[in-house]
Amino acid sequence: MKFNIWGKISIVLSCAAMMMVAHSAVAEMKKKSELERRMADPRNSKYTVGDKKSGYVYMTTMTRDMQDDDFSNPAFVWVDIGKRNWSKVDGKAGKSCASCHKDASSMKGVMAKYPVYDKKLKKMVALQAKINMHRKEKMGAKPWKWESDDMNGMAAFIGLQSRGMPMNVSISGPAKKFYDKGKAFYYERRGLLDMACKHCHIDNAEKMARSNLLSWGMPNGFPTFRLKWQKIGSLHRRFAGCNKQIRAKPFKRGSPEYTNLELYLKHRANGLPVETPSVRN
Amino acid sequence: MAKKPRVKVPSSAKKGEVIQIKTLAPHKMETGRRKSKGKLVPRMIINKFVAKFNGKEVFSTDMHPAISANPYFSFYTKVSESGTFEFSWTDDKGKTVKASRKITVK
Repeated sequence: MKFNIWGKISIVLSCAAMMMVAHSAVAEMKKKSELERRMADPRNSKYTVGDKKSGYVYMTTMTRDMQDDDFSNPAFVWVDIGKRNWSKVDGKAGKSCASCHKDASSMKGVMAKYPVYDKKLKKMVALQAKINMHRKEKMGAKPWKWESDDMNGMAAFIGLQSRGMPMNVSISGPAKKFYDKGKAFYYERRGLLDMACKHCHIDNAEKMARSNLLSWGMPNGFPTFRLKWQKIGSLHRRFAGCNKQIRAKPFKRGSPEYTNLELYLKHRANGLPVETPSVRN
Repeated sequence: MAKKPRVKVPSSAKKGEVIQIKTLAPHKMETGRRKSKGKLVPRMIINKFVAKFNGKEVFSTDMHPAISANPYFSFYTKVSESGTFEFSWTDDKGKTVKASRKITVK
């Protein structure tokens, strides 16, 4: 009798163990299929160069559809602002962007090579900083705030001219020093959680962080319309958000730290097509 | 600089053709449930969108909270004559933003 009870218990236990194994196998299959399903999209080939993958590859189908159609892409509301500002006269000099640069198509390739080294300032200059330098020096106008609609719109409008071109950021000559600083920032632990950028975007890339599929952190689509923000935002806003999440004090937009990090990341994305203005989750 | 609504209407169509119209209105769409510095941010959404063709209503919608920012609507309509589409978005403050597009029917 005693033997029978133990026999029954062992049968029940072994059944439960089998069910648990089966259950985790199903969960494993589901997890795999989520990554695989996104990887199987034929549109990915355009956004994969060698072993580099743009953030586009990790988006859901709906987000990709939104980006691919220029009308449903909400970032174009800001592109329109940039387009109108391009020929709007502002400042003491009575000039607009179009007075010197003529048609906006002259900006082709600009987004692909920024940030660049400035000989006068002896440091790296991001596109937004360059726009403000020209506004101040050439136009005599008030500089725009980094995260304002005007600035994001202009950056997105200039970026749009080089859409599809491969990223081509140079780190030769004096820029090398700043590249190394940016790289050090990327691998440096910071904040209360004591994490570096690389812990998510290199070590755990292509894995799930809660419901999010972690990407390689490629900056080729900025300024991007982020669904979480419900508006367009700069790359430096994204850096600040990342820093806050690991409970570190974020740096200011346009600070040398973030500009160096931008240089490192953009050089890392060399070869990937410019996607500005992209849509991300 | 103020944001303008984006509207896409084909410039010409055949008589009786069913055309697609796309609209996107930039708006932050505050739900009234979000808090900023401990205080509720008052509700501020677009609550009405109307599309008219030559003065006659062809499409309209009432909106409620939980619709995302920059609401996007696309709809189909049949055109039988040349004319003007007029679009209007009204928000909680009673401010109305308008846009219009012309279409020629051959």
